[in-house]
Amino acid sequence: MKKTMYEKIWDSHLVVEAPGQAPLIYVDRHLMHEVTSPQAFEGLRVANRKVRNPHSILATMDHCVPTKDRDLPIADPIAKKQIETMADNCKSNGLNLYDMKNPNNGVIHVVVPEHGFVHPGMVVVCGDSHTATHGAFGALAFGIGTSEVEHVMATQTLPQQKSKTMLIQIDGELSKYTSAKDIALTITGKIGTAGGTGHVIEYAGEAISKLSMEGRMTLCNMAIEAGARAGLVAPDQKTYDYLKGREFTPVGDNWDKALAYWQSLVTDEGAQYDTVVVLNADEIEPQVTWGTSPEQVTGVTGLVPAPKDFDDDIKSEACANALEYMGLTAHTNITDIPVDLIFIGSCTNGRIEDFRIAAEVTKGSKVADNVIAIAVPGSYHVKEQAEQEGLDKIFINAGWEWREPGCSMCLAMNGDELTVGQRSASTSNRNFEGRQGKGGRTHLVSPAMAAAAAVAGHFVDIRNL
Amino acid sequence: MEPYKKHQSIVALMKRSNVDTDQIIPKQFLKKVERTGFGKHLFHDWRFNDDGSDTANFELNNPAFTNAKILLVGDNFGCGSSREHAPWAIIDYGFNTIISSSYADIFYNNCFKNSILPIKVDKKKLAELMDEVAVNEGVKFVVDLENQQIITPAGNGFTFDIDPFRKENLLAGFDDIGLTLKHIDKIDQYEEKHKQTYPWLWN
Repeated sequence: MKKTMYEKIWDSHLVVEAPGQAPLIYVDRHLMHEVTSPQAFEGLRVANRKVRNPHSILATMDHCVPTKDRDLPIADPIAKKQIETMADNCKSNGLNLYDMKNPNNGVIHVVVPEHGFVHPGMVVVCGDSHTATHGAFGALAFGIGTSEVEHVMATQTLPQQKSKTMLIQIDGELSKYTSAKDIALTITGKIGTAGGTGHVIEYAGEAISKLSMEGRMTLCNMAIEAGARAGLVAPDQKTYDYLKGREFTPVGDNWDKALAYWQSLVTDEGAQYDTVVVLNADEIEPQVTWGTSPEQVTGVTGLVPAPKDFDDDIKSEACANALEYMGLTAHTNITDIPVDLIFIGSCTNGRIEDFRIAAEVTKGSKVADNVIAIAVPGSYHVKEQAEQEGLDKIFINAGWEWREPGCSMCLAMNGDELTVGQRSASTSNRNFEGRQGKGGRTHLVSPAMAAAAAVAGHFVDIRNL
Repeated sequence: MEPYKKHQSIVALMKRSNVDTDQIIPKQFLKKVERTGFGKHLFHDWRFNDDGSDTANFELNNPAFTNAKILLVGDNFGCGSSREHAPWAIIDYGFNTIISSSYADIFYNNCFKNSILPIKVDKKKLAELMDEVAVNEGVKFVVDLENQQIITPAGNGFTFDIDPFRKENLLAGFDDIGLTLKHIDKIDQYEEKHKQTYPWLWN
């Protein structure tokens, strides 16, 4: 039988399929951060269970960590306790933790690929919905709840229902300054935030093959924003080149064996998907969200819609609510929306390539008056690399803040947040109400679009610069 | 886990779609290291004014819905973040049943780990149920998981689908990890093979 990549990974990880029970699948890699793990460790302790395979776990601290004055104690006592609990739990269970002071520290989904911890064909989980990021390597990677974190620690398996498969094929080539982020937002706008529910999406086509590994990570990262369980890109030479030589990548004979396995994972010619969506890259323009859901998005040349533009009553009402929350008037040009704060960072767009393109746009200009611009590298390694290339100077000279790594304003748990009514252009993944601070208004964009908005003080079509 | 029992309860109506877990439990409450005590923060930013008083128009502040155990809500409930704090807040607040036309995958799985029954009905049925509650706030439904049945006061009983394994676990209050560990031999065997096939993952 011809199989999709998802089906190949699923079949090879099936441990047992007992009658009347959910299939149990094996988990190769388990990623961890401080927010969704403490209750799982507590559960293990109460039940007197142990972590089955400590070597399968890589942990970091990212959600609550400060992005400035890192040497000072964490001011928020509850966050401080969460950070300390993470350190204690990792120590007592013998887990590999990149704590706040570790040179490898950063956002979990940025750090993990840097060390080659995820390979094609693996099953990867984390108590974090953006685990989908690692699908960029052809790994089946998905977010789980804390009870499941405990389950995986205790058993190295998860009861899972098999997903349906969706192929999203992007033909043609992206225009300059149009990025993986714009593909992700276009897809979410087209199929909706529930469009991928119950599915694993495989992204394919010319535009996807041409994406860098960083771009593929951005794209797969936002599979969850389209409701999908996971996103996948078939491994290819770019994947192998990226992995080669990293800390957890096999070497010598093992490299050859691994490579042969990875190459066998690609979807068989003629394999069937449950759903197929085809888009053309030339039709994708830089995207800007206008509402409070990632599906409320349009091209930069577009207008903020009016509730009456939607046939569906629920979408129409959601539009009305979003316009009120966002403080926007229907039929405003996207390029007429002013911004107060720019955030470049997160597991979606906090990698070196994101800062390179933003620096290219920023170079020689100044951040507009009354605009605050914050650059938060996804990891210390991204930060160091950017500094070696002099990107930090470009940002600082233009009036940006150059911060320490962390999740920061993506979800505003660490004190970096919008104030009521403040409007951001953000390279993160969610524009939900209050996501970046209560009453804050988030517009999701690519790094290039964010950098251009910082200079202009409003959204601009990056292709015209 | 608490076994899920047949009950007759008030139905709270939230006519909203795409309710994300950031709304169910906002991020400022995710710093705790315990599983309990999240109910008082459920829907915090929609439910409370800055001074801590109840907001005027939020559905759950409607006195008719006090003590509701059933939440009737629009499509794609629980989308976004994987935070299990969302079902922890829901069960701690007092809901043990949700009725919607669809759920986000991770949230749906998380419900079953916390003795919450997320019932899926088709969009037409959801609209009918919403209409029934809207004109009769404070109405009670009977939820009978054993027979996969909901009975509304209008006398309309209807059945719903649920995965039999999940149903059994909810009814019995089984611990998932305990169930999985019954297959420990199979896991050991799989792992032995895994070590031979992918030795580089075991260094």
